[in-house]
Amino acid sequence: MVTISIDGIRTVVPEGTTVLEAARDLGIAIPSLCHNPGLSPYGACRVCIVEVKKGERSTIEASCTLPASDGLVVITNSERVRKNRKVLIELLVSSCPTSKTLQDLAANYGVNRIRFAIKDKNCILCGLCVRYCKEQMQSGGIGFVGRGTSRKVATAFGVTPQECRNCGGCEWICPVCERACTAANLTNGLCGGCQNLMHVETCELCVHCSESVNARGHRVY
Amino acid sequence: MTKSLRSPIQLKNLREQLIRNSQSGKSTISVCGGTGCQGCGCESVYTKFVSEIDRQGIADKVELKLTGCHGLCECGTLVTIHPQKIFYIRVNPQDVPEILTETILKDVVIDRLLYPDPISGQTVLHEYDVPFYKKQRRLIFGSNGLLDPTSIEDYIAIGGYCALSKALSEMKPEQIIEEVKESGLRGRGGGGFPTGKKWESCRNAPTSNGTRYVICNADEGDPGAYMDRSLLEGNPHSVLEGMIIGAYAIGSGSGYVYVRHEYPLAVKNLDIALTQAREYGLLGNNILGSGFDFDVMIARGGGAFVCGESTALMASLEGKIGEPRQKHIHTVIKGLYNKPSNLNNVETWANVPLIINKGAGWYADIGTAGSKGTKIFSLVGKIKNTGLVEVPMGITLREIIYDIGGGMLNGKKFKAVQTGGPSGGCIPESLIDLPVDFDELTRVGSMMGSGGMIVMDESTCMVDMAKYFVDFLIEESCGKCLPCREGLDRMKDILAGITQGNGTDGDIELLQELGEVIHDTSLCALGETAANPVLSTIQYFRDEYEQHIRNRHCPAGVCKALITYTIDPETCTGCGVCVKNCPEKSVSGEKKKPHVINQDTCIKCGLCRENCKFDAVIVV
Repeated sequence: MVTISIDGIRTVVPEGTTVLEAARDLGIAIPSLCHNPGLSPYGACRVCIVEVKKGERSTIEASCTLPASDGLVVITNSERVRKNRKVLIELLVSSCPTSKTLQDLAANYGVNRIRFAIKDKNCILCGLCVRYCKEQMQSGGIGFVGRGTSRKVATAFGVTPQECRNCGGCEWICPVCERACTAANLTNGLCGGCQNLMHVETCELCVHCSESVNARGHRVY
Repeated sequence: MTKSLRSPIQLKNLREQLIRNSQSGKSTISVCGGTGCQGCGCESVYTKFVSEIDRQGIADKVELKLTGCHGLCECGTLVTIHPQKIFYIRVNPQDVPEILTETILKDVVIDRLLYPDPISGQTVLHEYDVPFYKKQRRLIFGSNGLLDPTSIEDYIAIGGYCALSKALSEMKPEQIIEEVKESGLRGRGGGGFPTGKKWESCRNAPTSNGTRYVICNADEGDPGAYMDRSLLEGNPHSVLEGMIIGAYAIGSGSGYVYVRHEYPLAVKNLDIALTQAREYGLLGNNILGSGFDFDVMIARGGGAFVCGESTALMASLEGKIGEPRQKHIHTVIKGLYNKPSNLNNVETWANVPLIINKGAGWYADIGTAGSKGTKIFSLVGKIKNTGLVEVPMGITLREIIYDIGGGMLNGKKFKAVQTGGPSGGCIPESLIDLPVDFDELTRVGSMMGSGGMIVMDESTCMVDMAKYFVDFLIEESCGKCLPCREGLDRMKDILAGITQGNGTDGDIELLQELGEVIHDTSLCALGETAANPVLSTIQYFRDEYEQHIRNRHCPAGVCKALITYTIDPETCTGCGVCVKNCPEKSVSGEKKKPHVINQDTCIKCGLCRENCKFDAVIVV
């Protein structure tokens, strides 16, 4: 058993527990995309970042791959975490605006502008489908092809392999396929139609023209 | 008779015998066979020497060696004649007969092949008097010019495997680790982690069946850097000796060298070295009769830059996709095949025999408080003497660039130096007196990296340069984690916008914000440092970015969308060279009268400017 501190709460967890699991056990919300309790940790989307205090200094780590170790001091919702996470969500939405999961994430975490070029790839390369196929179905029919910006999920040589049993698990687990954003048109990549639950930061001149913030037509900053 | 050496005494006897054989009064001609000289045609020089020695029938008077890199790649092909140490530069095959008849047979020096000192204009006879070598301290690289990399006898004759024999017969593993720790040696691959500490962690890491691995990282991929390559090509046994000592200290029975497939000569020479070391009983079972078993295998990388990162390298070694994983559990605890694995760079391994031979105290005397020993840099760019330089830590950038490098090319002004490869930073002229070591470079926003040093003059646009490195990293990013994959891509978009004249206010701040996010949140060290070229150029050359954005002007005259070529009617003589060279027929004018460039059809290739003898073409 190891003792760690999350947001000032001391908690004792079994060795091998990740910080994400420990935090969620305490009821602390940390968003995540590429994490799934039934699959191996991957650490690709970086949305689950937390701040780890190391004396005077601190570092940003992905909580889904960070194992709890004795004396670890974690802050899940610091200024630095929020700032970094917002940019990450901006990058996610800009590379795949058609996912409801991502649009909800943007709305929930107060992302109300996308400053980057929209390049819809219809995939965030979270690797859930690849790991599901390999680890849960023991199949390995799909995998990653290519490197860097040309990386994609595909079958070998573009042919449906014998290993694929058409289980549909890859689609089921996909945060883009299964939950597509159905908004008729997006304003600068953002929908904001369904889940605007939290207050978002606005410009100094904001007169709260719309209390339930809608990114469409609501120019901020 | 078996060549296998069964004890340190046998090794000593072999060395003495080899030295006796070599003191036969023969002259030795070392022809540099390094990468740079191969580009200059050293192969044909070497074959000419072979045929000419045969033709003149002087094989008994002279010995010929094709060695590793001598360093001064700018002046290839380099030929050194021992024992006089006569240093010839830019040797062509037609010079070969003369070298043999004059220098070898009559002891007459050929003046035109000597190095001319650019300041005094006098020729320099010996290698060690050439200004390029004077301020260097060639501890590791120095023996490159003395030995044939395909001959283990050469290496043994100059004292090779001495450190191994000392380590195995006189030292305990813990003593070796203590020695390396005391020496202050830090990893030369870029991270600068204390080597001794790493070895100790690996030795103490629990392992079920006693398996531990030592790995040599020869996956060098920075643009413009080739020191690991030259070391493996020129002196593979020194790296191997370091690895065997390391393996003994750590308690490892097998090792790997992960080397790029694009380095065929390095792979070949290393392969020969391994075969020879096995023949001589320096690898395999019961090395030098000590009871210690160790062997090394070569693994060839497919050329992914990210595979230089330790976890990606090990994944690649296991036959998986070369992708990094989160390093919360270090590779010294769980690395290759989940066993404790100690990964060190080529240069780090080559340092080990030195420390064992000469002692930690001697080694720790070289360098600065935090960084000990020497470092090999590949000095390239707009500089007179490009090549590989080995300098003590703490030497200033000015000494490297002006004293060793000979200053800027074509009398242009120094602007910045990029250290640490694509993930390093740009250091401006105001910091040119900075002592070069791990901590100082990190302090100013750059890094040591593996030792690339690209010198830039006033004709380099810093925004364009940052874009180049970001482009490289996008190409080489594995694409696993979001900030590195998408963040760098968007960074390039913004930079491209700035260089194309579409920059807007706030772009610089957005670049900085994005750069910090990429640094903070990326999975591996490639992503963490990927924003350095952008952040450091903004830090030191912000006005240049602002000029691009606000005035739509590229001060260096590089960004095509922001410049126009015009002809100065005052200086143009109407010679017509520009007309002949223009691929778009955009220049027109009567003979002997000032010419004009048609801006509508000009593609801004710059050929007119390059070819104008009167500097009449100006960039605005």
